Amino acid sequence: MTTTPALPTAGARRSRLPAFFVHLLRLVASLALTFLGLTVVTFCIGRVIPIDPVLAVVGDRALPDVYERVRMELGLDLPLYQQYWNYLAKLLHGDLGTAVLTARPVLEDLMRVFPATLELATVAIVIGVVFGVPMGVVAATSQGRWPDHLIRLTGLVGYSMPVFWLGLVGLLVFYNALDWVGGPGRLDVYYEDIVAPVTGMLLIDSLLSGDTDVFWNAVSHIILPAGILGYLSLAYIARMTRSFMLGQLHQEYILTAQIKGLSRTRVVWRHALVNILVPLITVIALSYGYLLEGAVLTETVFAWPGLGRYITFALFNADMNAVLGGTLVVGIVFIGLNLLSDIAYYLVDPRAR
Amino acid sequence: MSVETSPKPVTWHDWLLAEAPQSRSQARLTRWYANWLALKRNPLAVSGVIIILALILMAVFASWIAGQSPYAQLLTARLEPPSMEHWFGTDELGRDIFARIIYGSRITLLIIFLVSIVVLPVGILIGTLAGYFGGVFDMFLMRITDIFLAFPRLVMALAFAAALGPGIENAVLAISITAWPPYARLARAETMTIRRSDFILATRMQGASALRIIWSHIVPLCLPSVIVRLTLDMAGIILIAAGLGFLGLGAQPPAPEWGLMVSSGRSYLLDQWWVATIPGIAIFVVSFGFNLLGDGLRDVFDPKGL
Amino acid sequence: MSEGPLLTVEDLRVAYRGRSGPVPALRGVSFIVGRERVGIVGESGSGKSTIGLTILRLLPQSALVSAKRLCLLDTDLMAASERAMRSIRGRRISMVLQDPKYSLNPVITVGRQIAESYKVHSGASTREARRRALEMLEAVRIRDPERVFDLYPHEVSGGMGQRVMIAMMLIPEPELLIADEPTSALDVTVQAQLLVLIDELIRRRRMGLILISHNINLVASFCDRVVVLYAGRIMESLKASELALARHPYTQGLLACRPLIDRAQPELPQLTRDPSWLDAPDESRRGTGA
Repeated sequence: MTTTPALPTAGARRSRLPAFFVHLLRLVASLALTFLGLTVVTFCIGRVIPIDPVLAVVGDRALPDVYERVRMELGLDLPLYQQYWNYLAKLLHGDLGTAVLTARPVLEDLMRVFPATLELATVAIVIGVVFGVPMGVVAATSQGRWPDHLIRLTGLVGYSMPVFWLGLVGLLVFYNALDWVGGPGRLDVYYEDIVAPVTGMLLIDSLLSGDTDVFWNAVSHIILPAGILGYLSLAYIARMTRSFMLGQLHQEYILTAQIKGLSRTRVVWRHALVNILVPLITVIALSYGYLLEGAVLTETVFAWPGLGRYITFALFNADMNAVLGGTLVVGIVFIGLNLLSDIAYYLVDPRAR
Repeated sequence: MSVETSPKPVTWHDWLLAEAPQSRSQARLTRWYANWLALKRNPLAVSGVIIILALILMAVFASWIAGQSPYAQLLTARLEPPSMEHWFGTDELGRDIFARIIYGSRITLLIIFLVSIVVLPVGILIGTLAGYFGGVFDMFLMRITDIFLAFPRLVMALAFAAALGPGIENAVLAISITAWPPYARLARAETMTIRRSDFILATRMQGASALRIIWSHIVPLCLPSVIVRLTLDMAGIILIAAGLGFLGLGAQPPAPEWGLMVSSGRSYLLDQWWVATIPGIAIFVVSFGFNLLGDGLRDVFDPKGL
Repeated sequence: MSEGPLLTVEDLRVAYRGRSGPVPALRGVSFIVGRERVGIVGESGSGKSTIGLTILRLLPQSALVSAKRLCLLDTDLMAASERAMRSIRGRRISMVLQDPKYSLNPVITVGRQIAESYKVHSGASTREARRRALEMLEAVRIRDPERVFDLYPHEVSGGMGQRVMIAMMLIPEPELLIADEPTSALDVTVQAQLLVLIDELIRRRRMGLILISHNINLVASFCDRVVVLYAGRIMESLKASELALARHPYTQGLLACRPLIDRAQPELPQLTRDPSWLDAPDESRRGTGA
C-alpha cells in the first residue's frame, strides 16, 4: 500500500524566505512612490494653488523683509520642477520650514505635539478592538436575532455621529453635568509639568516616574475623548468583524469542527476567528488611520495639545508650512500603517509564507 | 431587440415579474423591479429613504415650513430656550434656530449634489479609460488613484481648504479631490469585466470607436454599482463637510450651515446647550438616513451580510 | 453479519423553511445500519447529504426535522439535548466530508486538528494527544508522520488530506462513521487506495459505515448493502451482491447508465424519471438486511 507524498517539502518552505524579502522590497517601493505622490500634492497645495505662495507661508501681516527672505527661500523665480526638487530635498533632510506661530522649525513642533495624538489614538483603538471584535463576533453568531440588530444599530449610529458634536455633548453631560470625568486638556492645571517627558505620553511617563496622582488625573482626562473616538472605531471594527465572521461561518471547516463535537464557543473563537485575523489586522490599521483624522476635530473640542489641534491652529493663522508639515506627517503615518498591516499579513497567514 | 411573440399578460405587475422575459428591455426592467420590491421590504432602506425624502422636502418647501427668516436678527431675543414661538430657541444673534435648521438643509443638499457631480464623472472617466485601454495607461492611472486613495481624507480636505480659502465651492472641491478614487476603482473593475463580453466584441466589429463604446455601453453598466457606492459614502461626505463647516472652512456666516452653527454655539454650550446641540442632531439624522439606505441597498444587492 | 442495529432510522422527514413554504428534502426515509457497510446512492438533490447532517443534528436552524425513531443503539438522537449531541458527535458518530481543501481549517496544522479531536473527548494533555495523533497518522498509512503533523492543509495533497480527515474522525473511536462522498474530490488512482484504507479501519474497529455517493459502481463494489434514494424517498434497498436483480425501474436505470468498457455501446442510455416515484410507498422495508 503506497502513501501519497505531500507536495512542497520542508526544503521548499525554507527557500521561500527570499521571496518574502522580494515582496517586502516591492511593497516598500510602492509605498515610496505613494510618499512621493503625497509630497507632490502638498507641494501643489503650498506653491501652486495659492495665488501668492509667499503670503501663504508668511501670512498677510508679515514685514517686507520677511516676505523677501521667504520669497528667495522659496525660489519662486525657478521653474516649477526645480522648486519641487528643492522642496523634496529639504523634506528628506527634515526641513519642513518654520512655523509662523512658534517661530520654531515645523519638524520640532510636530515632534512635540505628535505623542499626545498618538496616546489618544492608541487608547481609542484599544477600546475599539476590545469591544468591537467581540461585538462583531456576537452579531455574526446571532445573525438575524436581536443581539445582531442591536449591534448593527449601534454601529450605524456610530457611523453617523459627527465627532465634534459628540465631543461637545460628552463634555456637557459627563463633565459639566455629572462630573464623572476630567475636563478639556490632558491634565488639571496644577498637575502640569510635574512629570518628566520621556515618551511624551502622559500615561506612560507618569507610571515610569511613579506619580500615580498624575496618572489617574491623566486617565480622567483622556477617557472621554478616547472613549468617543473609541466608539467610532468600534462601530467600524464591529461591522467588519461581523461581515468577515459571517463569511467564515458558512465554510465547511466549521462543519468539520462541529462534527468533532467542539463547543460553539470553541468553534467560533478557536476556529473561525483565527481565519479572519488577517483582514481584521488590515481593518484595525485602517481604523487607526481614521482615528488620527477624527483626532483633528476631537482635539479642537477637548483642547488636546496634539497634532490635530496644531494643524487647525496653523490653519486659522494661515501658517501653510505648519499645515502642510502636519498633513505630511499624517500621510506618512497612513503609509506606515499600510506597510505594517501588510507585514503582519505575511507573518500571520500561513498560506502567504 | 427581439419581437414579442406572445400576447402581453394582464397587468404591469405580471409583466414585470414574468418568468420568461420577451425582450432585453423587459429582462432589465424585470431585474430592476425585483430589486425594487426587495428594497421596499427592507426596513432599513425604507427608513433611510424616508429621512432623505424629508430632507429634500425640507429644502424645497423651506420658506413654508420655517415660517421665519433664518437671517433675521433680533438682539433682544438672544439665546432664548425652545418655546412655542421659537421651536428650537434662538441663537446668539437672536435668529430662530428652527428656521436656520430648515434652510440649512439646502446647503447640505447643495454640497451632496455638487460633490456627486464632480466625483462621479471624474471617477467613472478615469476608471473606464483605465479598464478599457489597459496596459501602461491603466497602470499609470491606477498608480495615481492609489496615491490619492492613501491620503487621509479630512486632513487633505483641510489642507486644500487652507490653500483655497473658505467657502462652499472650495470645500466641495477639497472633499471631491479625496473622495473620487473608490469610484475609479469600481468603474475600472466593472469595465474590465464587461469589455470581454460578446456584445462589446460585436460592437467593435461593427466599427464603433473606443470612445463611443465606452460612452454608450460601458458607462451605463457601471452606473448602478457606482451609485450604490456613492450612497454608502454619502454619510461620510456629509460628516466631513460638517467638520469643515465646524472649522469655519465651509459656508461662511451668516449662512445657516449646520457645522458652522455647532461651532458658533460652542461658546454658549454650558447654559444655552440647544444652540450647538440641535444642529448636530440634524447632521446626525441626515447622515444616519444615508447610512440606513446604504445598508439596505447592500442587503439587497449583496445579501451575505457584507 | 450484524448482531443488532447500530443506527435505526424510521420515517425521517426533513424540510427547509423556504420563502413560500417548506421545501422537503427527506420525505419519510427509514433504514437500519448494523456493524456493516451501507451505501446510500442518489443523484444531486436526492437528499443523501441531508441524511448525514440530520443524524448528527447539524442541520441549520431553518430545518424542520421529524422522525418516528432516530436512535444510535439505545440513545434517542431526536430527543437528545445539544449538550448531549456534542458528546455524541465525534465520540460515537463521525463524518468524513468530501474535499479536504475546504473541510480542514486552513490556518491550523493538520496534526493539531487531529489532536484536538482526541482532546475534546478524552481530556488528555497536549503531549498525550500529540502522541495519539502521530499514531493515527501512521494508521492511515502516512509516511513520516512527524513531519506531516506540522504541515498546513494547503501543503498536503488531496489524498493525504482525506487521510488526515479520516484520522481526525476515527481517533475518538466512534461506533458509526458516515462518509459523504469521501473520494469524489480525488484522482481515480487515489480513490481505490482510500476506500481500502477506510475498509480496513472500519473492520478492525468493528464499526458501522454509511457511505454516501452518487457513484453506484463504487457503492456496489464496496458496501454490503445498497439503499437507493430519489427525491427524498428510498426507492429500493437491497444487498450489494444482489444489485443485478434490482426490481425498481430507477435502480435499473442507474445500473443501465453505467458506460461499458468491454463492449461497444451505440448509445448511452438516459435515465427517465417517472413522476409517480415521487409518491410511491416507502420501499425501504423490503430487504433491510440482518
